[in-house]
Amino acid sequence: MILVLPIILPLLIMVVLIFTRRWLFFQQAFSILASVVLMWVGFLILMDVQQNGIKAVQPGSWDAPFGITLVADLFSAIMMVTASFVAVVVMIFSPGFIDKERQTAGYYPLVFGLLMGVNGAFFTGDLFNLYVWYEVMLTSSFVLIALGGSAEQLRGSIKYVTINFVASIFFVSAIGILYGQAGTLNMADLADKMRSWDEHTYVNSALMLFFIAFSVKSALVPFFFWLPASYHTPPVAITALFAGTLTKVGVYTMFRFYSLFVVYDQMFWTLFILTLAGLTMFIGVLMAASQFDIRKILSFHIISQVGYMIMGLGIFTVSGIAGAIYFTIHNMLSKTNTFLAGGLVYQRSGSYDLKYLGGLYKAKPLLALLFFIPAMSLAGIPPLPGFFGKFFLIKGGFEAQQYFITAVAILTGLFTLFSMVKIWNEAYWKKEPEDVKSRGKVHPATIMATSLLALAVILLGIFVGPVMELSMQAGEQIVNPQMYISAVLGK
Amino acid sequence: MTTGLFLLILLLVAAIAPFLRKYLKHQAGWIYALWPFAGFLYYLSLLPVIQQGEILIESYEWIPVLGLSFTFYVDGLSVLFSLLVLGIGTFILVYAGYYMRPYPMKGRFLGYLLLFMTAMQGIVVSGNLITMFVFWELTSISSYLLIGYYHEKPEARASALQALLITGFGGLALLGGFVLLAIPYDSYELTTLLSDGDVIKNHYLYIPALILILIGAFTKSAQFPFHFWLPGAMTAPSPVSAYLHSATMVKAGVFLLARLNPVLGGTEVWSYSLTIVGVTTMFVGAWLSVTQVDLKRILAYTTVSALGTLVLLIGTGTEYAINAAIVFLLVHALYKGTLFMMAGNIEKKTGTRDIRYLGGLFKYMPFAAIIMILALVSMAGVPPMLGFLGKELIYEASVAAPKAHLFILTLGFLTNVILVFLSLRLAIDIFWGKEPVYDKKPQEPSLSLILGPFLMVLASFVLGLLPSAMAGPLTSKAITAISPLHDAIILKLWHGFNIVLALSVLTLLSGYLVFRYRHQLLPAIDRFNIRYFRREFTRVFFSMIDAFLVFTKLKTRALQHGYHRFYLMTLFVVASVMVWVMIWRADPIILELNFSDMPINLIAVVVLIIAATLSAVVSNSRVVALICMGVIGFGITIIFIAYSGVDLAITMIMVETLMIILAMAVVYHLPKYQNFSSTGARMRDALVATLVGTFFMVLVLQAGTSTLDAPISAYYKEASYSLAFGRNIVNVILVDFRALDTLGEITVISIAALGIYAMIKLTKKTN
Repeated sequence: MILVLPIILPLLIMVVLIFTRRWLFFQQAFSILASVVLMWVGFLILMDVQQNGIKAVQPGSWDAPFGITLVADLFSAIMMVTASFVAVVVMIFSPGFIDKERQTAGYYPLVFGLLMGVNGAFFTGDLFNLYVWYEVMLTSSFVLIALGGSAEQLRGSIKYVTINFVASIFFVSAIGILYGQAGTLNMADLADKMRSWDEHTYVNSALMLFFIAFSVKSALVPFFFWLPASYHTPPVAITALFAGTLTKVGVYTMFRFYSLFVVYDQMFWTLFILTLAGLTMFIGVLMAASQFDIRKILSFHIISQVGYMIMGLGIFTVSGIAGAIYFTIHNMLSKTNTFLAGGLVYQRSGSYDLKYLGGLYKAKPLLALLFFIPAMSLAGIPPLPGFFGKFFLIKGGFEAQQYFITAVAILTGLFTLFSMVKIWNEAYWKKEPEDVKSRGKVHPATIMATSLLALAVILLGIFVGPVMELSMQAGEQIVNPQMYISAVLGK
Repeated sequence: MTTGLFLLILLLVAAIAPFLRKYLKHQAGWIYALWPFAGFLYYLSLLPVIQQGEILIESYEWIPVLGLSFTFYVDGLSVLFSLLVLGIGTFILVYAGYYMRPYPMKGRFLGYLLLFMTAMQGIVVSGNLITMFVFWELTSISSYLLIGYYHEKPEARASALQALLITGFGGLALLGGFVLLAIPYDSYELTTLLSDGDVIKNHYLYIPALILILIGAFTKSAQFPFHFWLPGAMTAPSPVSAYLHSATMVKAGVFLLARLNPVLGGTEVWSYSLTIVGVTTMFVGAWLSVTQVDLKRILAYTTVSALGTLVLLIGTGTEYAINAAIVFLLVHALYKGTLFMMAGNIEKKTGTRDIRYLGGLFKYMPFAAIIMILALVSMAGVPPMLGFLGKELIYEASVAAPKAHLFILTLGFLTNVILVFLSLRLAIDIFWGKEPVYDKKPQEPSLSLILGPFLMVLASFVLGLLPSAMAGPLTSKAITAISPLHDAIILKLWHGFNIVLALSVLTLLSGYLVFRYRHQLLPAIDRFNIRYFRREFTRVFFSMIDAFLVFTKLKTRALQHGYHRFYLMTLFVVASVMVWVMIWRADPIILELNFSDMPINLIAVVVLIIAATLSAVVSNSRVVALICMGVIGFGITIIFIAYSGVDLAITMIMVETLMIILAMAVVYHLPKYQNFSSTGARMRDALVATLVGTFFMVLVLQAGTSTLDAPISAYYKEASYSLAFGRNIVNVILVDFRALDTLGEITVISIAALGIYAMIKLTKKTN
C-alpha cells in the first residue's frame, strides 16, 4: 500500500501546515523534513518497482477497472523522486528568500497541495482521477502565483488560470466522450480494449483533445502563452518549483497516453508529435534569446526544452524514450537550479534585469559558479548532464532516421548556448553598472539549497551510466505498454 | 602511471589551483608546472615502446547500457601531441605565473589554464569519439573563460562570445557527425573505426557525417570562412594566445583530421574539401597579416595561415604531404609559441604591442632579441632552424601534389614570401628600427618569462641540425598513425640542387624585396584591402547577431503579444483545426439521429436553452446575459431530472443559483457596459466559436452513437447494494467506488479556500 503514501502524505502534511501556519519556524522546519520524507517514499517505490516490476494497487479494494487504480512503473517513480528532490531544495531555499507574510499566509501548505496533485498525476491509473489531480495542481499553482497580490502577479495568474482552464475543459470533455465510446475510465483497461477492437480511428478525435490539453499543460508551441505570461511574476522560489514540476507533469502524461492509447494511425501521431517538438524547441529558444530579464529568458527556455522531451516521445524507440527520460530528469534539476541562481542574483543586486546587473563574477565567485554549472548543463556542455541528454536524443533521433527533427535539435543547442552566455556576459562578467539597484546580502539558506542542487546536477553527469540504465528500463516499459496493462488487469 | 590517472590528477590540480594560489604566492606557476612536466617525461618515456608500433589502450566503464566506455588510445600521434601539449604547457605555466602577477584573479586564471590543459591532453589521447567530444567541448569552454579574462572590457566579452559561438557551432556539428559516423559501426571506439574505413565510405551516411565532422574541425582550427574568431581571441592575455591560440587548441581540428584520416580520408570529397579550404585559409591568413600593426594580431593571422597549410597537407595525403604536415606542426608549435610569449614580454616591458611604436629594443634586451630572432628565422624557413625543413617538405609535397599542384604551389609560394617578409620586418623594425620614447627603460625579461622561449628555440635549433636523429623518432609513428601505408621520410638539411631548393632561394629573395620596398607596397595593399575586403568578418558576424536579435524580438512580440483574448483565440482555433483534421482522417461513422422517442416537453426545454444561448450572445446588458445563462443552467437541470439523475440535478441547482448570485454581485462593481468590438471582429469570433462548437457536437454525437464496449456502470448497478451496501448508486460511486476522486475534489476546495484566505490577509497587510 506504499503507493497511497505519495498522495496521502502531502495531504496530511498540508493539513498540519494549515493549522500551524502562524508558527514560522515550525512551518519551515517541518516542510523541509516532510519533503525529505516524501523523497524517501519515492525512493522506496523506485527500488520496489525496479526489483519487482510494475506495481498496481486498488486503494478502495475494488478490482480494476471498477475502482480507481494506482500504478507505479519506473518512469513514474523516477519522476516522483526527481520532483520531490526539487521540492526539498525549494523548501530549504524558501525560508531565506520568501517574505514572512507569504510564508505565514499559507505558502507551505500550498506547496504540499501542489505536490499532492503532482504525485497523484504520476501514479494514477484512471482517466478521471488524473483530471482530479490536474485540478489540484492547477488550483494550488494558481494560488501560489497570485499569492501576495501584486498587480503583476494578478495579471499573470489570470492568464495562467484561464488558458489552463480551457485545457481542463478539453481534458474533461475528452474523458466524457471516450467513456461514452468505450465505457471505461481505467487507463489500462481502455488501452487493452483499444487493442482488442478493430481499427476505430474516430477514437483518435477524442485522443486529440487529450493531446491538446496536455500540450497546453506542457507549454508546447502554439499553446505556451500562459507560461511566459505568468512565470516571472511570483517570487523566484515558486517559479523554480514550477519549473521542476508543472510542465514536466504534462510531459509525463503525454508519454503515458502515447504509450497506452496511440494505437491507430501511428504515422500521423509521430508526425504530429515531432512537428510540435520541432516548433517548440526552436521557437522557444528564439524567444528566449530576445529577452533581457533573467526569469523571462529562463521561462522561454523551459518551453524550448520541453520540445526536446517531446522529441524523444515522437521517436518512440527505447533509446529515444530513455534519452527523453534522462533529459527530463536533467532538466528538472538544471532548470530549477538556474532559477534559484537567479534568485541569488536578485538578493545581491535587487534586480532580474540584465541592464541593472553586473560584476558578480568578480565580487561573488560562488554565485557565478552556482549559475555557471546549471547554465552550462542546459547549454549541453559535457560532462554535465545536459550534454548526455542531448547526445542520447541526437543518437536516438539519427538511429531512428528522424534526420530533420534531430537537425533542429542540434541547431537549437547553439541558440541555447547563446542565451545562457548572454546572462553570463551581462550579469556576471560586465562591470557593475552605476545604477545598480541595491547591494543586498545573500541568505545562507539559499546558497545552501542552490549548492545542493548544483551538486546533484554534477552527480547526475558523473553517474550517467546507472541513471541511463534505469532510464533504458523505464523506456522499455513505455515502449511495451503490455507490461503496464498486465500489471493492472492481471492478465 | 596510466593516462587516465594522469588526467584525473591534472584535473584535480586544476580544481585546487585557484585556492592554493594565495599560499603559493609567486611560486605558483612553477609548482603547478610540476605535474604537467611529469606527464611530459612520462610520454617521453613511452617513446621507445611506441616506436615498436605498440598502442596503449585503457578503457573504463562509463555507460555500459549503451556500450560506451571512457577509452584512451595512445599511439605515435598521441605521444607527439602530448609532448607538445604538456611540454609547452609546462613553460606556459611558469611564464603565466610570473606574467600575471600584476593582475587580479591570478588563481582562477591558472586554474582555467590547467583545466584547458587537461581537456587538450584528453583530446589527443582519446580512444573513443564521445570521450574525445567531452574533452573537445571542455577546450571550447576553457578557451571562452580565458579569452574573456579581461571581462570588464566589452571587446573581451565580445571576442569570447564570438569564439564560443563559432567553436560551439562546430562542436554541435561534430557531435552530429560523430553520431552518424558511429551508426554503421555500431561503436564509438577508435579501434573499431580505424580497423576498417571502408564501412563508412560505402555507407550512405558518409557524406553527411563527413560534412558535419569537417565543420567541427574547421571551426576549431580557424579555417576560412570561420577564421575570424582567432584574431579576435587576441584580447586574451599573452600566455593564453601562446598556448591555446597558436600552439595547441587550434590544432585540435588538425589533430582530428589526422586522427580520422584512415577512416574518412582518401576520397575525392575529402581531398577536395580539405585542399580548397586549406589553401584558401593559408593564403587569406597570410595576406591579411601583412597590413596588421598589432604584434599579436600579426601572429594570429600567420597562425591562421599555418593552420590552413596543415589542413592542405592532410588533404593532399601523399607520403611527402603527411611527413610535411607532422614536421610543420612541430615547427610551428615551437616558433609560434615562442613568438607569442615574446610578444607578451615586449608588451610587458614597453607597454605596447603596436609595431609602429616599437624599435631599437636590441640594446635593451639583447638576449631576448636573439631568441625572438631565431624563432623568426624558423618562421621564415631559413636553415639551420627546423622551420627550413618544414618549408622544404611543404614545397616538395606541393610539387608532387596529385591535383592542381601549380595552383597550390603558387599560393604556397606567395604565403611563404609573406612569412619571410614578416620575419624580416618584425626582427628589424622591433629590434633596430627607429626608437620611440619609452615611458620607462625596457629591460631584459626575467627568467620565468624567457625560459620557455629559450628552450623552445633551442629545441627547434637542435632538431633542425640533427633532424634524422632527433625529429625522426618523434614523428615516424605519428606519420604511420595518420596514414598506415606511408612511412617517415629521412629528414636531411641538405637535399642537393633541385627545384625545391631553387624555390626556397627565390622565396627568401622575394621576401627580402618586399621588405625592401615595404613603404611603397604596404599602403597599396592597405588601399586594396579597404576597397575589396572592407567588411571585416567579425563585423559581419556581430551584425548577424544583431539582426538575429531584432528578428527574435519581432517574433516574440508577434507571439507573446500580451493580448489575452488572442491567446485564447489561438488556442481555440488551433485546437479545433486539429480536431477537425482528426475527424476528417477517421473512417466515417454513421450518426444515427433519432428524435422520435424524445418527449415533447423536453424538446421545448431544448428550444428554450438554444434561445437563451442566442440571446445571451447578442444581449447588450450584462444582467440579461446572466439571466439567460441561468436559464441555460436550469434547462440542463430539467434534462437531468428527465433522465432521473436526481443527485446531479440537485447539485446543479445549487451551483447555478450560487453562480448567478455571485455574478450579479460582481456586475454591480463593474464599469458600464460598452461594445468595443467591431462587426468584423464579432464575425471572426462567431466563426471561431462555431468551429469549436461544431466539433464538440460531432464528437458527442459520435460518442452517443458508437458504444464499442460494455460500460462499467453495469457493475456499479449490481454491486452498489450487494457489496457496497448503498442504495444510491451515485453516492456509492462518490464515496466508495471512486472515493479517491472525491478526496481530490475536497482538496481542491480546501486549497481554493486557503487561497482566498491568503489573498484577503495579504492584501489587507499591503494596504
